[in-house]
This record gives sequence, C-alpha cells and structure tokens, in this order.
Amino acid sequence: MRWLLLKDLRLLRRSPLLVTLLVLYPIVIAVLIGFALSRGPDKPQVAFANLVPESASQLDLGGERLDTSRQADVLFRAIDPVIVKSRAEAVRKVRDGDVLGAIVIPEDTTQKLQSGLDPATIEVFYNAEDPIKSGYVRDTIKSQVADANNALTKRLAKVALGFLDLIATGGQYNFLGRQFDVLGLERSERILKEARSELPAGSPARAQIDQVMRFATLARTNLDLSDDVLASVGTPIRVRQVQLDGAATPLSSFSVAIAVSVSIMFITLLLAAGALALEREENAFLRLVRGLVSRTGLLLEKAGLAAVSALAVSLVMLAGLGLFVDLQWDRFHLWVAGLAAAALAFAAMGLAIGALTKEVRSASLLCVMLSLPLAFLALVPSGSVSPVLYDAVQVVSAVFPFKPTLEAIDAALNDSRSIVGPLLHLAALFCAFGVASRLALRRFA
Amino acid sequence: MAADPTAATRPESAPAPARVLEAEGLVKRYGEREALRGVSLSAGRGELVTVIGPNGAGKTTLLTILAGIVAPDAGRVSPGPREVGWVPQQPALYGKLTVAENLRLFARLERCSEPEATVERMLALTGLGDRAGDQVVKLSGGNRQRVNIAIGLLGQQSVLLLDEPSASLDPRQRERLWEFVLGLAEAGTAVVLSTHNIQEAERHADRVLVLADGELLFTGSPRRLKEAVGQEGDEGLEEAFVAFLHARGH
Ligand SMILES: Nc1ncnc2c1ncn2[C@@H]1O[C@H](COP(=O)(O)OP(=O)(O)OP(=O)(O)O)[C@@H](O)[C@H]1O
Ligand SMILES: [Mg+2]
Repeated sequence: MRWLLLKDLRLLRRSPLLVTLLVLYPIVIAVLIGFALSRGPDKPQVAFANLVPESASQLDLGGERLDTSRQADVLFRAIDPVIVKSRAEAVRKVRDGDVLGAIVIPEDTTQKLQSGLDPATIEVFYNAEDPIKSGYVRDTIKSQVADANNALTKRLAKVALGFLDLIATGGQYNFLGRQFDVLGLERSERILKEARSELPAGSPARAQIDQVMRFATLARTNLDLSDDVLASVGTPIRVRQVQLDGAATPLSSFSVAIAVSVSIMFITLLLAAGALALEREENAFLRLVRGLVSRTGLLLEKAGLAAVSALAVSLVMLAGLGLFVDLQWDRFHLWVAGLAAAALAFAAMGLAIGALTKEVRSASLLCVMLSLPLAFLALVPSGSVSPVLYDAVQVVSAVFPFKPTLEAIDAALNDSRSIVGPLLHLAALFCAFGVASRLALRRFA
Repeated sequence: MAADPTAATRPESAPAPARVLEAEGLVKRYGEREALRGVSLSAGRGELVTVIGPNGAGKTTLLTILAGIVAPDAGRVSPGPREVGWVPQQPALYGKLTVAENLRLFARLERCSEPEATVERMLALTGLGDRAGDQVVKLSGGNRQRVNIAIGLLGQQSVLLLDEPSASLDPRQRERLWEFVLGLAEAGTAVVLSTHNIQEAERHADRVLVLADGELLFTGSPRRLKEAVGQEGDEGLEEAFVAFLHARGH
C-alpha cells in the first residue's frame, strides 16, 4: 500500500495541469458561490402578524387619515408575506424554518403613533441558524422600517408645518367639524401696525406695540426654518429585534467556512474518484486485486491520499484567508478535526463515484455534476421554498457530506455551535459511503 | 469423429507430470450469453498448453477465471491467484510512470526479495534497457506489451497465464518471448497461453485446447488435432484447426 501511495503521488506530480486545476477551480467556485449567496433570495418569505384591531387601523394625524393596513402593502412589495394571526404563531414559523423571519405589529401601534409621545415598537424575529439568511432578513426589514419611518415623519412634519403655517399666516382651521378663524402672526402684525399709526406720536403704548411687533416678525421669520428642524425629528417607529436560534456568525467568517467547504469537497471528491477510476482505466486494478492489495486496502489508500491532500490544501487556504479575515488560531486543533472528518467523508463519497465509473473522465464529470447542486441545496435558506420542499432539501442535504462539513467548519472556525454533532454525522457518512464503494468494487471486477 | 475431449488429455508416452493447475466445470454467464459452458482443464509442471479458438470463443474469460480475477458462476480452480502469474490481453500499466518505475512498483507489490535486481533482469529480458526512463504512454504498442509481459513474470510463480502475449510483437520479439517461455517451462513452470497464431501453437505447445462458443471442443497434442480431422502429411495445423471447427459447425 505504501508503494501504491508513492506511485499515486508521483502520478500527481506528473500532472501539474490537473493539480493546478484541482486547487484553482474550487477556489473560483467558492468565491462565486460566496458572491451569489450574499445577495440573498429575491423575495423572502416572512411571517406577518398585524395585531392592530380593525377599528384602530385608521391613524388620524391632524385631519390626515392614514390607513396602517395600506402601509403594509408597501412592505409586501419587498417580501413574500405569510399572514399569521398571533405573535406565538409567527415565532413558531420562524423556529420551524418555514419562514426566514417574522414581523409583529403590536396592538397599540396606532395609539402610540397617534399620541406622538412614545415611539411605536415593531417586533422582528429571525432565525440566526445561518448568517446569510438572518443578515438578509435584517437588511430587508431594516430598510422597510426606514421607508415607513420616512413616510410617517414626512406626514407628521407636514401636519406640524400646517399648524405652524396657520400660526404664521392665519386662516381657517377645521376641528371636530367646526370652523375656526385663526388670526396668525402676519395679520396680527398688520393689525398692530394700523393700531400703532392711529396712536399719537410719543404715546407710551406705541413703544409697547413696537415690542410686540418685533416679536411677531422674529417669530414669523424663524418659523420658516421649522421645515429643516422638523425633518430631523426622531423616528416614530422603533424596531425590537429578537434572534431565536443559533449563534450569530459574522458573514465574512461564514463565507470563509463556505469557501473552505467547497474547496475541500472538490479536491477530495475529484482526487478520490479520479485515483480509483485511474486504476480501472489503466487495467492495473485487476493486477492489484489478485492478492497484491486487498480491495479494502486499495480504497483506504485512495481515501488517505485524497483526504491528506485536501486537508493540506484547505489549511493553506485558511492561512491565506486569515490574512484578510480574523480567524481564531487558538482553535486550530478544531479546524484540523473538522477538515479531516470532512475530507474523509468526501473521500468515501468520491470512492463510491470512482468505483461506479471506469474512467477518470466520467468519474470527474459525475463528481462535478453531483456536488455542485448538492452544495447549493445545502445552502437553500429556510423560508425561501415551500415547507415540504424544505424538509426534502434537509433530508437530501443530510445524506451528503456538504452540509455537515459546512456545520463542522463553521463550528471549528467561529465557535457558532458544538462541533461534535457534525463530526459524528461526517463519521457516519464516511462509513456509509465506504461500505457503498466497497460493495460497488465487488460488483465490478 | 466426435473427439471425446477427456480421451485425449495426455501427450502420448510421456509420464503424467504433477498437476499444478486444475479447473473443473467452469461456467461463466454474462446475462443471457454463456461465455463458458462447463470447461475443465489441467496443466502439469513444465507443461506448455495453448488455448486456440475464434474471436469471442471464451479464451480471455477462461484465463481471467484461472487468474482469479473473475469468479465463475460454477466450477472451481486451484491454486489461488497469488500462485499464478498473469499477463492480460490489454496492457495493465501506469502510462505516466516510466518503464523502470512500473517494473519497480510491481516488483515491490509482489514482494520480490531484490526489487532492483529484478527490474534489471526484466529490462534485459525485454530489451528495453535504453527506454527504462521513458514513460509508458510514449512507447509503441509492442513495447508496451513487452513491459506488460515482464510484469506478469515478476512473481516467478509455478503457473503462468498469458493472454495473446505475442499479438503485437515483431518477429524478433516474438522469438525472444518464446525462448523465454520455453525456458520457464523447461525449469518447471506450467504455462497456459492463448493465441491466434496457430503456427506458434503447433511449434511449441505440448497440448492445444480448442475453444469455441464457450465450449471446450478438443484437448490434445497438435498431432492428435490433425489426426482428428483425418489430416496427414505436412499440411499445417492451421488447416486442421479450420477444418475441425468447420466440421463442428463453427
Ligand atoms: N464483461 C463482459 N460483459 C459481457 N460479456 C462479456 C464480457 N466479457 C466477455 N464477454 C463475452 O464473453 C464472450 C467471450 O469473450 P472472451 O473475451 O473470453 O473471448 P476471446 O476468446 O478472448 O476473444 P478474442 O479472441 O477476441 O480475445 C464474448 O461473447 C464476449 O462478448
Ligand atoms: Mg481474448
């Protein structure tokens, strides 16, 4: 087996193009996937609970009526709403992964907006199970709330400006169906001017009227500035964010985990499948299994070759990425554990592929065709597809090593969860694929 | 005319050599097709047996079963694969390794006591000493076949199976191959060899096996095969072989 391993290493050294491709290709794919994912799905499914009672849905701002339920339509242009009846239901949907997040508009929202004293608080729930998803939900909702705040602030400002205008210039004001005539500063000034001219010069009342007139002028000119002042008035709506599950991993570190997972997947699959298929393609397989090496020994040699190479490349890759992203080097032993388990599981899967195909070419093709969609599947955010489909996606993802690899590497790099579960999962997949490849080798002489 | 195969298993007069290879009732099916239908044979120490038959007759199937690569659907073979040297019809070599590296790798896997000396010996035998450092993909088909044969000889087992070893060799190389194979047989190795070159079989074989459609139609010395078709004089075995097959509807 030692000689076989040395032979394989020599073959690799004589295929510099293949080795370069093997290292470059996954890195390019990893970067592309990273870009694609950070943009998020088009219209995420978000649970929406509007608890404001029907009767209170009209907001009266200084005679301007604002229908809060109409305001929701604007939000629905950016998300795909799943209407729920209660806060509890919204929370449950997030926990189950049926939706990406939930927005709850509490009962007292209109009351608070009406009073203008307390800001109204909207609750947002999201699942932090993976940072791409939660980041996307947070960004979407944040921008929506900012839009709503802008709209409300504008309206409030308009109402306030109307009042101020009334004070400055005077006019008719409608309150509870009754008309009032408001004098206004401008008219007051004019009236005062007329009154002043009728007073005899040197009358002490004239000086007093001058004082009042100066105040009115000052007040009127300064009220013109109120526009800007009002625009900067604080936010009428506040958002309280609640994270339900999982620890938050910064997106950049998570991208590193994805990049490393994709690389280790490609390198190990292609090497294991290719090296085994090559034995068949060159006919040497038949010589070897005539008592020179056992079939199991042959599989172990290929698994070791692929896993060790992939481990080395991914550690170098991590060290390189470490120059740009903060990595926790004190967790190095966990990195090695996660990467090694992932590499072995992928190697076993690669061997199954290599055992099924007889040529290197078809083995490589099958590896790429299988692994790309599986990696994408594992990255499908909950709530971006229907719940039934999402469950199916979960099951399929659990049968292949990509998802547990991502979990293990994320755990090792970012301390986002326990690494034990993913490691056991990978060990189970290693055994399952190992047995499958051994059976496949038996079937084909 | 109906030659009972078992009636002619032994070359005349010579004492029965100790049997080192034995196979009984070998059956191999590939789906509907029966590649072998109950073939039995044996070979003794130092005996040279050639297997002849048309394309698709089952020669390769028989040899791969004897080599322990394919399991038969029925029947048994002894000894096990470790005690049998095997030269496959399709070269089984690593194209990206050099001639010497291929020989060295298999010498080590065969656990030869002195791998380097064995490599030197095989390079001399194949006359490829000057190509030792060339990658096998860069060799001609015949030279590749020479390396392929050499690897089958590395283990120096007491039984040697060769599947059409001379097919792509030039006459001089073919002569060298036969010299070597006859030398092995003289030293006691039992050799079973398939070929389409009937002249070779006639010249060198102690015994020929005629296989057609998976059936063993004849086993005996070349002379007995000629007699079986009533041939006399100095006509070649090739004519006798064709006539024999024709008489059996092949
Ligand atoms: N792997 C296989 N799958 C299906 N059929 C096979 C396989 N190997 C051989 N056969 C069939 O078994 C029969 C015997 O083939 P085999 O290769 O033993 O013939 P052969 O006598 O060696 O022929 P040749 O002189 O052309 O080398 C053929 O009909 C062939 O098609
Ligand atoms: Mg053949």
